[in-house]
Amino acid sequence: MMPADYIDQHTSAQVAQGQLTKEDVKRMKELYGIGDSSFSGIMKSYGQWLSKAVRGDFGVSFVYGRPVQEVIQKYMWISFTISLIALILNILISIPLGIVAATKQYGVVDYTVTILAMTGISLPSFFFGALLLRVFSIQLGWFPLQGLSDATKILTGPEQVLDVIHHMVLPMVTLVVLSIGGLMRYTRTNMLEVLNSDYIRTARAKGLSEKTVIYKHAFRNTLIPIVTMLGGSIPGLFGGAMITETVFAIPGIGSTSYKAILQGDIPFVMGYMMFLAVLTVLGTILADISYAIVDPRVKLQ
Amino acid sequence: MSKENNTNVQAAELEHESLSDSVRALSPTRLVVKRFFRSRLSMVGLIIIIFLFLFSFVGPLLIPYRETQVFTIPTEVKVSTAESFTGADGKKYQYYDVSTGIDNYKSAPSKDHWLGTDTNGMDVFVRLMYGGRISLSISFLVIFLETILGVIFGGISGFFGGKIDMLIMRIVDILNCIPTLPVLIVLSSVLNAMPVSVMPVGHRIYYLMGFLTLIGWSGTARMVRGQILSLREQEYMVAAEATGISSKAKIFRHLIPNVMPQLIVQMTLGLGGVILYEATLSYLGLGVQIPKAAWGTMISLADPSKGQSILQYYPNLWIPPGILIVLAVLGFNFVGDGLRDAIDPKMKR
Repeated sequence: MMPADYIDQHTSAQVAQGQLTKEDVKRMKELYGIGDSSFSGIMKSYGQWLSKAVRGDFGVSFVYGRPVQEVIQKYMWISFTISLIALILNILISIPLGIVAATKQYGVVDYTVTILAMTGISLPSFFFGALLLRVFSIQLGWFPLQGLSDATKILTGPEQVLDVIHHMVLPMVTLVVLSIGGLMRYTRTNMLEVLNSDYIRTARAKGLSEKTVIYKHAFRNTLIPIVTMLGGSIPGLFGGAMITETVFAIPGIGSTSYKAILQGDIPFVMGYMMFLAVLTVLGTILADISYAIVDPRVKLQ
Repeated sequence: MSKENNTNVQAAELEHESLSDSVRALSPTRLVVKRFFRSRLSMVGLIIIIFLFLFSFVGPLLIPYRETQVFTIPTEVKVSTAESFTGADGKKYQYYDVSTGIDNYKSAPSKDHWLGTDTNGMDVFVRLMYGGRISLSISFLVIFLETILGVIFGGISGFFGGKIDMLIMRIVDILNCIPTLPVLIVLSSVLNAMPVSVMPVGHRIYYLMGFLTLIGWSGTARMVRGQILSLREQEYMVAAEATGISSKAKIFRHLIPNVMPQLIVQMTLGLGGVILYEATLSYLGLGVQIPKAAWGTMISLADPSKGQSILQYYPNLWIPPGILIVLAVLGFNFVGDGLRDAIDPKMKR
């Protein structure tokens, strides 16, 4: 249990002013189930949490006053939408780039793409986000600074949708730029491996055009590991991007859970951690299954 | 005649010698080094890293300022004030006044302070160097410990197999499921709540990084195990077995040296990741604390939720540390990639 105590945080002012006594605070803590801070007490709370969690009850969030699953579900979709669009853009950009880089190995294009992709991987999200905000929303004023909707106007219908999209551009760019490198390099490595294989030599020996060789014979085989990787990454989209969401103040699951950690909202944090762990496991399973689906040579036992 | 013959022989010998010179077999290590230095990107990476090391470890010796030295440099800044009053006609009026005030901090870049001073009046350029010290030393420490743990557990798991292997691999699976960043943030808020007497503020980052080590060795362990499993099937291992050497000799003479190349690649590529984790924690205010300098902490000044003025008007405070983080991670990635290409004989150039 976290010592950054929710009750202490909220009552310290009143205790100091004498509006609440120590006994009141203690009673409240008991109510929230964090009264006993001895080792056995903590272990007991963990046990209680576990036995309830197995039955699908993750407790009630301190801050939001509602069941943890509900809170997670509410914020999850915002994160999922942003991440999904970012993933699609990422696929559309990085796979062609990876293929071009592989076919022109050690050429100018390859070096440029590789350097750009590596820079993308190396950028810390908070720094890149700050740079984007500095240039595009403060200096040029093209995009709003924070949040997901314009607070000064009440919009409905298509205007509202456009407004949300307008707010989403910068965070999405951040996510895409940061993730392009990984997928692009993955594509490149796999493409290189495929291009060195015997059946590509056979295809070339048959006199097929370079285009057919690359896009029909090589590309399809490159797709196997890529689809596997993407299949595995889908559950992770629900987990949200903690830092990016915090920088752009997007009310997604990532920034919500970050706030919850700081506020000591124990049930929510426990639920979120569990959620992430389950997502990871699901991702691994999906990757295995999609591997078997895409590659007929692999059979699930 | 005989003399001519002699010179002929000599020439033939010379030619023979030069031929044998040019086809002299290179040792595998020399081959790797040669391939590594031929690749342009890895050279760039190496230069970046050497530069960063010199910058952060030698740099402070050349500059008379200390990390936490405060310089009060008065600069004139425009201070705008707004006041409202109710006029005689009953309407509310507001008037704005721009006057000049004196700000002792956040001075602009000058000859004495190349990148200006920060919100506490400390020299930004010098703090960049000390931030680099923290980032580089922590990342090396973490990777080193992670690798030791990974080699031990992965080695045991691959070498002995059976139930031990099963147990260690399940632990690795569990560790893989732990979301690193959220857990680190939770842990740091736990450390936050500890009394300063037990947990000095400056030590916090080391505990966090220790924890990162504890959950980070799983990748290395998995790699080492895989390598050892495949090495065990090689002929030379069977031969080593046939000579009846002890398992200790088998591990240290035969297995470890053969895992080493991949291990070095993984370590190099991991360094960038640790630097990013450290920077992220510091950015969130959970890692290295002011007055100690860290690149992440310096960027956090520009956090838009803390007000826009630094983000907008003082790029000299937060852009340089960001560039250094990118450079450091990029350098390690380039070197790691170059090493991998150089070591892997399948990747022909």
